[in-house]
Amino acid sequence: MTDDPMSPKKSFQGLILTLQRFWAEQGCVILQPYDMEVGAGTFHPATTLRALGPRPWKAAYVQPSRRPKDGRYGENPNRFQHYYQFQVILKPSPENLQELYLYSLKALGLDPTVHDVRFVEDDWESPTLGAWGLGWECWCDGMEVSQFTYFQQVAGVDCNPVSGELTYGLERLAMYIQGVDRGFDLNFNGRDGAEKVTYGDVFRQAEQEYSRFNFENADVELLKRHFQDAEQECKALIEAGEADGRLMAMPAYDQAIKASHAFNLLDARGVISVTERQSYILRVRDLAKACGAAWLKTEAGGAAVPLPLAGRG
Amino acid sequence: MPDFLLELLSEEIPARMQARAADDLRRLVTDALVERGLTYEGAKAFATPRRLALVVVGLPARQPDRSEERKGPRVGAPEKALEGFLKAAGLASIDEAVVQSDPKGDFYVARSVKPGRATAEVISEIMPAIIAGFPWPKSMRWGSGTLRWVRPLHSIVATFGSTQEEPEIVRFEVGGVASGDVTRGHRVHAPGEIRVRRFDDYVDALQKAHVVLDAERRRDMIRADARTLAQAQNLELVEDEALVDEVAGLVEWPVVLMGAFEEEFLEVPEEVIRATIRANQKCFVLRRADGRLANRFILVANLEAADGGAAIIHGNQRVVRARLSDARFFWETDKKTPLADRLEKLKSITFHEKLGTQHERVERIERLARELAPLVGADPDKAGQAARLAKADLVTEMVGEFPELQGLMGRYYAEAEGLDADVAAALEEHYRPQGPSDRVPTAPVSIAVALADKIDTLVGFWAIDEKPTGSKDPYALRRAALGVVRIILDNGLRLRLLSILGAEVALDLLAFFADRLKVQLREQGARHDLVDAALAAGELPPPLRGRVGVAGGAGPGAAADGEPTAPSLTTPTPGPSPQGGGGQNDDLVLIVRRVEALGKLLETDDGKNLLAGYKRAANILRAEEKKDGVGAFEGEVDCALLTEKAEIDLSKALDLAAPAAADAVGQEDFALAAAALARLRPEVDAFFDQVTVNAPDPALRANRLKLLARLRRATRALADFDRIAG
Repeated sequence: MTDDPMSPKKSFQGLILTLQRFWAEQGCVILQPYDMEVGAGTFHPATTLRALGPRPWKAAYVQPSRRPKDGRYGENPNRFQHYYQFQVILKPSPENLQELYLYSLKALGLDPTVHDVRFVEDDWESPTLGAWGLGWECWCDGMEVSQFTYFQQVAGVDCNPVSGELTYGLERLAMYIQGVDRGFDLNFNGRDGAEKVTYGDVFRQAEQEYSRFNFENADVELLKRHFQDAEQECKALIEAGEADGRLMAMPAYDQAIKASHAFNLLDARGVISVTERQSYILRVRDLAKACGAAWLKTEAGGAAVPLPLAGRG
Repeated sequence: MPDFLLELLSEEIPARMQARAADDLRRLVTDALVERGLTYEGAKAFATPRRLALVVVGLPARQPDRSEERKGPRVGAPEKALEGFLKAAGLASIDEAVVQSDPKGDFYVARSVKPGRATAEVISEIMPAIIAGFPWPKSMRWGSGTLRWVRPLHSIVATFGSTQEEPEIVRFEVGGVASGDVTRGHRVHAPGEIRVRRFDDYVDALQKAHVVLDAERRRDMIRADARTLAQAQNLELVEDEALVDEVAGLVEWPVVLMGAFEEEFLEVPEEVIRATIRANQKCFVLRRADGRLANRFILVANLEAADGGAAIIHGNQRVVRARLSDARFFWETDKKTPLADRLEKLKSITFHEKLGTQHERVERIERLARELAPLVGADPDKAGQAARLAKADLVTEMVGEFPELQGLMGRYYAEAEGLDADVAAALEEHYRPQGPSDRVPTAPVSIAVALADKIDTLVGFWAIDEKPTGSKDPYALRRAALGVVRIILDNGLRLRLLSILGAEVALDLLAFFADRLKVQLREQGARHDLVDAALAAGELPPPLRGRVGVAGGAGPGAAADGEPTAPSLTTPTPGPSPQGGGGQNDDLVLIVRRVEALGKLLETDDGKNLLAGYKRAANILRAEEKKDGVGAFEGEVDCALLTEKAEIDLSKALDLAAPAAADAVGQEDFALAAAALARLRPEVDAFFDQVTVNAPDPALRANRLKLLARLRRATRALADFDRIAG
């Protein structure tokens, strides 16, 4: 076992840094996490919006992901309401994407001549984003360590060209590489003895507190209002942009993200019935679709954008 | 003769789609070849996780030449017509045409031979469309392309040639992928390019490159190696063909390894261990010599690892351990909450939008199970308790994780709680039978809940008009109905279904049960027509029913003989009273006994002749009723008008046989009823030999027809002979 604290075998942050370096070397823009509460790395506009339109795009980033319902008050060492995903998006998907993925595992110390890596069918769908794709769960020695997806549709729009998306479940991957059975026991900083900081040191208390919030104390009425406010704001921003051609696809999309997270919290509070659930999902999807459509009219969305006619003041 | 070799190399094809895709590829290519005049000796298709391959052997090198004839104008036709003909047929002058004669005269005919094209050329034409339109259940685009395939398509091998020659590449391109003669082997062991000539060296080259092309061979290897590994440890593999299929679709080079987990996990029920290891890890479990589950599992890797598989085993063991920890956690947590305390949670689970929550459903099932209990010999309180708890395990963590363990977990948790053993067993068994080969519950409490569960489902979906149509049966209602039929028959339960089913949908639903019964009996070899005949037993001919209903009483002339009367369809007789004398045939056990008795009767000469005589009588009656009106001959036979010996004999024989048959049916002794009827045969035969039914004297005629009508009624006690073929 290596002594280098930056080795992915030694530390959680070493794993992240190794992946960042690897994908930077493949020409990816290394972004930082999006500064909003999202349920998965896919929600980052660097994936959702950039997957739309004709422009090539390569990016990689860590995204903290919040799934309020998955909280277990810090009692289950492997089930968290907050965890990290490492997200890679390559548009158009390169011919050798599978090979690149296998090289990335090798960079993490998972030698393909010793470890059994398998691509097991797993179709991906995000009803709230109006998105779906085909791909696999990637298994390493029987452990699901990543998801691999070719986006076919995002925000209700056919992807052309198609993006390839890789999502590494960082905690699981780190547990496997570090040889640790409990997520909280992961070595975060790669130090030993008194200097060692574990994943549990960093996050256990947060898991306890947020579980209380998610399941018991989040104000339901407030959340419902937040959902409505975000929904209205999103629509208003889209409409205003449509009206004078000064589009605000990205701020509008932020509101869609807010609505989605409010919905996830309401869901965790157990106040959404089966039929309501479907209607909430459809409302978020409508927002995502509108944002995607607006994005396609912007320059980054690939549209030939004339200079705005309306005054610049 | 030359062979065609095709390989489509792609990223990993979902295991469940591979076999079908290989089959589709073979069918599409060979159909297209035959359509173009290219017949072949044989074709075989293969699939691995990364490739579809096809070999078509014994193709001709070229299409056969096709000669065409085009008929032209009459000899001596106007110049214009001739010109048009030459142009259309592509002839330079009329001398190139031949003259043919037919009765109408002499005609010009243009003969041309269209030379067949090279087979390789034809293949190169048909392949792009086959690939582009391939019927994958789900397909996708990738990169900047527009081609759809199950996952990105990387290369195509297409060669054509005989074993004696260097094959040529069949050139074509689809979605930017050009065909060639290069493939690749196993992703890790042999990622380099491999040149391919024809099928034989292709298979060999792949084998050397750690790819076993034939899925059947991969399955054999997995089975054999798994058994060998198990035997070496004195263990037995728990066979699982579906898992063998799936795993064979996940590996190109199967390497079977054995892992272990801690003994202590064996506290968890073995079905849970098996489900965990199978569903999550796609691994096999093993048994010890004493039949108990072993703390070992078999995994199938896709790699001959440099370390002999140590890392792979280590990794898989860690995952299995983590999964079993979860399962044990669920098991321990679930046991802390009694099943009865979980019922509240069923209120939040919708069973069906129009049929309410699981909680409401459980309340209905409980009521029905209590009602059914005395009829099936079960204690109503136990049946009620079992019904109430039957769905409680749906809200346990374990069933949330492994839905296929529903019922079974209910039983385990009930046993852990110390609930009554009959109740616990019913929690599992009420889902049975799950299919035609599944066993049927036999314990009374289980029977009561199983019937209540299925009948509630059927009545519910009937009430909201969600019946199965054609091949669509999303709620598995046929299976539920067949389950009811099998539970009743296998246990010999005497139930009047109509009274159980509830008035609104009862008759329609009974017909649905009758259909399932027919299917079931037919599978056991019973004749379809006998089932129909037995189902219609006791009914009078259809037009008469209305009259009986209007009259509100017994049919004319029926009571005197004690013959069966027509039931009124609107008021089915409730309760478990014997079914001989009245009521719809809704007692499945009796229907089956009737069918058996009928079958035996018709195996005898007396039975066959009686049937023939009956048919004759029925035909005559039908014809005469057309003249005199339906029901015209249902009155009593007037003995004074019986003149000939044969008719007097038949009347006397009926005096004996009719009440005897009716009595026997009343006592549910259908064999005896059949025997009583069979004894009519000589008199029936003699009657038709010697008596003219349509006598000139109208009174005699009517009386003889009444005699035949009486014969018809007498047989109806056992079955409607009209519905028997022959």
